[in-house]
Amino acid sequence: MEATVSQAPTTQSDSQRDLLVVKHLKKYFPVRGGLLKRVVAQVKAVDDISFTIRKGETFGLVGESGCGKTTAGRTILRLIEPTAGQVFFEGKDIAKAKAGEMKRLRRDMQIIFQDPYSSLDPRMVIGESIAEGLVAHGIGTAREREQTVLRVLRDVGLHPEHARRYPHEFSGGQRQRIGIARALALRPKFIVCDEPVSALDVSIQSQVLNILRSLQRQYGLTYMFVAHNLSVVEHISDRVGVMYLGKMMELADREEMYSNPLHPYTKALMSAIPIPDPNLKRERIILKGDVPSPLRPPPGCVFHTRCPIAQKGLCDKEIPAFRNVGQTREHWIACHLVGDKEGN
Amino acid sequence: METVDNILEIHNLKTYFFTEDGEVHAVDGVDLEVRRGETLGVVGESGCGKSVTFMSVLRLVGMPGRIVEGNVVFNGQSLLELPESEMVQIRGNKIAMIFQQPISSLNPVFKVGDQVAEVFETHQGLNHEQAVQRAVEMLAQVGIPDAKRRAESYPHEMSGGMAQRVMIAMGLAMTPELLIADEPTTALDVTIQAQILDLMRALKERIGMSIVFITHDLGVVAEMADHVAVMYAGQIVEYTDVGTIFREPKMPYTQGLLGSIPVLGVIKDELDSIPGTVPNLVDPPNACRFAPRCRARVEHGLTICEQAEPQLLPVGSTTHKVRCWLYHDCPSLNYVAPHSTGIAAEPRLEPSATPARA
Repeated sequence: MEATVSQAPTTQSDSQRDLLVVKHLKKYFPVRGGLLKRVVAQVKAVDDISFTIRKGETFGLVGESGCGKTTAGRTILRLIEPTAGQVFFEGKDIAKAKAGEMKRLRRDMQIIFQDPYSSLDPRMVIGESIAEGLVAHGIGTAREREQTVLRVLRDVGLHPEHARRYPHEFSGGQRQRIGIARALALRPKFIVCDEPVSALDVSIQSQVLNILRSLQRQYGLTYMFVAHNLSVVEHISDRVGVMYLGKMMELADREEMYSNPLHPYTKALMSAIPIPDPNLKRERIILKGDVPSPLRPPPGCVFHTRCPIAQKGLCDKEIPAFRNVGQTREHWIACHLVGDKEGN
Repeated sequence: METVDNILEIHNLKTYFFTEDGEVHAVDGVDLEVRRGETLGVVGESGCGKSVTFMSVLRLVGMPGRIVEGNVVFNGQSLLELPESEMVQIRGNKIAMIFQQPISSLNPVFKVGDQVAEVFETHQGLNHEQAVQRAVEMLAQVGIPDAKRRAESYPHEMSGGMAQRVMIAMGLAMTPELLIADEPTTALDVTIQAQILDLMRALKERIGMSIVFITHDLGVVAEMADHVAVMYAGQIVEYTDVGTIFREPKMPYTQGLLGSIPVLGVIKDELDSIPGTVPNLVDPPNACRFAPRCRARVEHGLTICEQAEPQLLPVGSTTHKVRCWLYHDCPSLNYVAPHSTGIAAEPRLEPSATPARA
């Protein structure tokens, strides 16, 4: 047990294979109060997570609201400064990168947001919005930038004349396409997709998912796909991580995760999803209670307060190690009670 | 139409919004029935009119919206003609409604116990003390732990799941005959959604009420509904029992909707998608509203879809109805449908010049 405790999935990292290596990443937000605005508490939004993202894959990060998945995505891009830990992008520790170096790295790392309306400047025509990154990085002449804008618009299924329109003239699905076009303009290697389809209707959602996938093939992109919808994550991802209250609970490749979930939280989460098949009868695990406040996460395993199999004296005392229990393929899990014998 | 087992019937309901941009035909000729004791799932994407339909049933549509035509019959009583004073007795008492955003549906400055108690004070004339007592009982019934203490909480002190339980407690306080649940779990996390769906099923059994479950989530429909109505652009486009809608959807829109959702455990390389977006409901075309996005129309080379409005008519079994020219003939236009069911539709080629009625 001791030997595996410190092992994060990163210990076997491989610079040929991995694009991004995250080690013991933490992000605590201070809560200030009182007369002198002292720090009275910490919200442990991301609390010691480690994982790798391989070149050309889609890494899905799922969890319920407040689990820290969005903070994880933003901290990796250093849109939020990490409290501790390391993030290696192509071998360079971006947590230590200086401003100039960071700016260069940003060309390779882009983000697509959930709400495409609030992430576009309402007073800029979308051609300008898309070209903004190119201008900021001083890429190309005005003429070349225009060519790029037209190319990425075409890539996401929009028309050249759209470049001269304003965000309010587009529907939600079209705006999300603009968000994608904007991220693509700099020809990045890596894109964090933060709940990119959760604000969209299902018929539009599938259009956007199909575009993301075809662009990935076309440009060899690597995605980190942050979402709460497990079915969407299953559809789009190659490997999947499940977060709960700032911790990574389970991590495996898609097939392994969905056919053989081991963590009691993952099992409950999957059984809770309504399946569009009225004839399907499933055993449903209904978790009791709510997610505890990240201001006061429970001691020991953060999930023990809702866990159907938690053991007193163990789960409420000791933090489970995040360890690989997979035999033939990786399967990481943070649970005292499962994974050693069953499964695999 | 048989009236025996229907708790609610909606006939040709039209609710329009009179905006600066023109008349928005949000609900445009909805015919629907809810059987006693069943759960009717109403599915559709945003803006299809599913919420406005049932806000109209309760006469809760405010300016600039107005019910311009149609009839709503609840337990044999026509709701649109009732004086407001009688309507107040129906709302909350006989028909209750719960909404998507529980926290914003509660009054932030009152304790939740007092808000539930108000229902008992209004409808049963209980004094405050008795009413609060009943409220605590209701909160316990909807699975709020330590209900007596939680009754003292303000809405902001509650999680989304707990606040939705409070809304359900309030909705069910008068044991209504019909509960209209408008996306009640959409804002909740899946593990909390599972709790709330479980609770609604248990309460339905116990009280024996009918439920209209409005949602965009086909998974939730599969789990909760007995019959399903699919809405598109202000109209019902398909109606049948829950088994049939998933096994044999007829309307191309329903088929597209089912194909476009990723299903847990089913890996597809590419999802089906419906091209284009929903039409603008300001003066929509008086033909099939789905025609511009319909692949089946193109495949079959149909022109009628853009000329005449299809009607919601049976296909095969009498309980399966579809609004689609793939299934219904039109003798007056010499049109025979590719999947003809032998049922003829009488199209309205011209906009019906019906005078608006308040």
